[in-house]
Amino acid sequence: MKNAVGREIPEEIIEITGKEPFQGNYYRDDKPITLHGPTIRPVMNNQKSKLVGSIREALEKCEAHDGMTVSFHHHFREGDLIVNMVMKEIHDMGLKDIRICASSLGKAHSALVPMIEDGTITNIESSGVRGGIGEAISKGKLKGLAIMRSHGGRVRSIATGESHIDIAFIGAPTADDYGNLRGIGGKADCGVLSYAIVDGNHADHCVAITDCLVPYPNFPAHISQTKVDYVCVVDEIGIPSKIATGAAKPTTDQRKLLMAQYCTDVVVNTPWFKDGFSYQTGVGGASIASTQYLADIMRERNIRMGFGVGGLTKAMCKLLEDGMADVMLDVQDFDLDAVKSLKNVNHHRIPAAVYANPLNKGAVVNKLDYVVLASLEVDVHFNCNVVVGSDGMITGAQGGHPDTAQGAKCAIVICPLLQGRIPAICTDVTTVTTPGESIDVVVTDYGVAVNPARPDILKALKEADCVPLKTIEELRDIAYSIVGEPDKVEFEDRIVGIIEARDGTIMDVVRQIKEV
Amino acid sequence: MEIKKTAVAGTLESSDCMVTVEPAKKGIELELESAVIRQYGRQIRKVALATLKRLGVRNARVSIVDKGALDCTIKARVECAVMRAAEHEGRINWGGMIK
Repeated sequence: MKNAVGREIPEEIIEITGKEPFQGNYYRDDKPITLHGPTIRPVMNNQKSKLVGSIREALEKCEAHDGMTVSFHHHFREGDLIVNMVMKEIHDMGLKDIRICASSLGKAHSALVPMIEDGTITNIESSGVRGGIGEAISKGKLKGLAIMRSHGGRVRSIATGESHIDIAFIGAPTADDYGNLRGIGGKADCGVLSYAIVDGNHADHCVAITDCLVPYPNFPAHISQTKVDYVCVVDEIGIPSKIATGAAKPTTDQRKLLMAQYCTDVVVNTPWFKDGFSYQTGVGGASIASTQYLADIMRERNIRMGFGVGGLTKAMCKLLEDGMADVMLDVQDFDLDAVKSLKNVNHHRIPAAVYANPLNKGAVVNKLDYVVLASLEVDVHFNCNVVVGSDGMITGAQGGHPDTAQGAKCAIVICPLLQGRIPAICTDVTTVTTPGESIDVVVTDYGVAVNPARPDILKALKEADCVPLKTIEELRDIAYSIVGEPDKVEFEDRIVGIIEARDGTIMDVVRQIKEV
Repeated sequence: MEIKKTAVAGTLESSDCMVTVEPAKKGIELELESAVIRQYGRQIRKVALATLKRLGVRNARVSIVDKGALDCTIKARVECAVMRAAEHEGRINWGGMIK
């Protein structure tokens, strides 16, 4: 059956997963749903200690078993040590058929590949996967299906009980002996614990892992003692230099600076750029440069940002520090400047649910004017692919891409026309992660294309005469005239993963890669 | 054109390719390794074989390690490697076989 972005979703997948094909962005708007609560063990006895001596002890006390689901957050990014530490223990216990429900997995977790191969791990739910795990899934080594969800989609699936977590493992930079957890004050600070809050609320068991035990009460807690069963102290939970990788030097790449300029020109010449506007941007070189260009124009025209949101960087937090933005709403920190900025009273932590859950009573993304995103591929239908490489290998993550793109009034994707020989603007993306109906403007180094569904934006940019406007087909044709039209990548029949839409329907499927 | 010795042209930098041409007894043997083999493998082979044919190379073992080079780059690297392998470098017919 073809879904709303024209992707064929096989009947067998609809049957196995019980999901529907994607029906368009607002399919589940205003439709009643019932939320799910966990089954917990109350702690009434004031003699009970929550401290455990090892991860093994925590696993045993939480009744770890074959077929269970364990969850993790990715605030430590490529510096994370928690996932490998816990999974090694689960592997050593001989448990099988484990489902991992992570907010994301990266290159730091390639140690899981042998556990995928030997059947310890048979299902993975994540924003995405990179490195060895992505390759293993693409090559068909995972017995079950990999499910890729956006940050908002993950909250939805856990809150509705579609994903039921048996044991949540929450890495915490500081914890007290009764499970009050904070993202700061320790040896490996990640600033916020936003992605893990839903785990605390909905998992049956919750284990905090820290390398910095502090006196009770560790307040104000980012995750409360009322959610945590056990606290385990280990030597090291994360590698600080790999947590804050966003603090890169400002880019000098002329191509990126050109795209940054085009992007800023689009923002300042569309109707939402006025006092109190809201904005989210990413961590790439062009995004950061465009934030700096934007700051110059805000100063010039005396325009303030009402709120900024997202994974935050130094460039965004500087707006707050310089008094040019009123509020920052924070779900993740990409560099230490963003972590430090949390001291500012107008820099607020928000849970992933508040940020992006599509099925609550309205997430922050719905209030966004602009979001600036990147993409591996954009096709002539404006569909974006941020998960599967052009060679067919799983190599990225949805993150908040589909959430913010749908929510924002003006969703801008920055994407160089060519990545080496690979055309980023193409006829059909390898895999759809964000539907074209969410994407309004595509900025490339060869020009800017506006989605024909947004004549208001096209009109504003034409009148401003600020950027070289092209149609998306023209951009694709320029790309193909330089590098040639690529052959379609060949896949095996077997489906190894699904790309879930925000609302839990199926956006696309990912098939096993064919060996060449 | 007769391939007399082993010769190399190009680099392993991104967007380049390294072409090695060696003498062979019978026919053309083409080996390709590419970062974009799934999307452009067919096209790279086509360009390489057409270039060899235009240069009149009938017997050679050719290996290409491609890092996402464009067709024009692949053509130029194959031409250069063949000229070196044929000890033909001093007497290239510019505007003739090399276009």
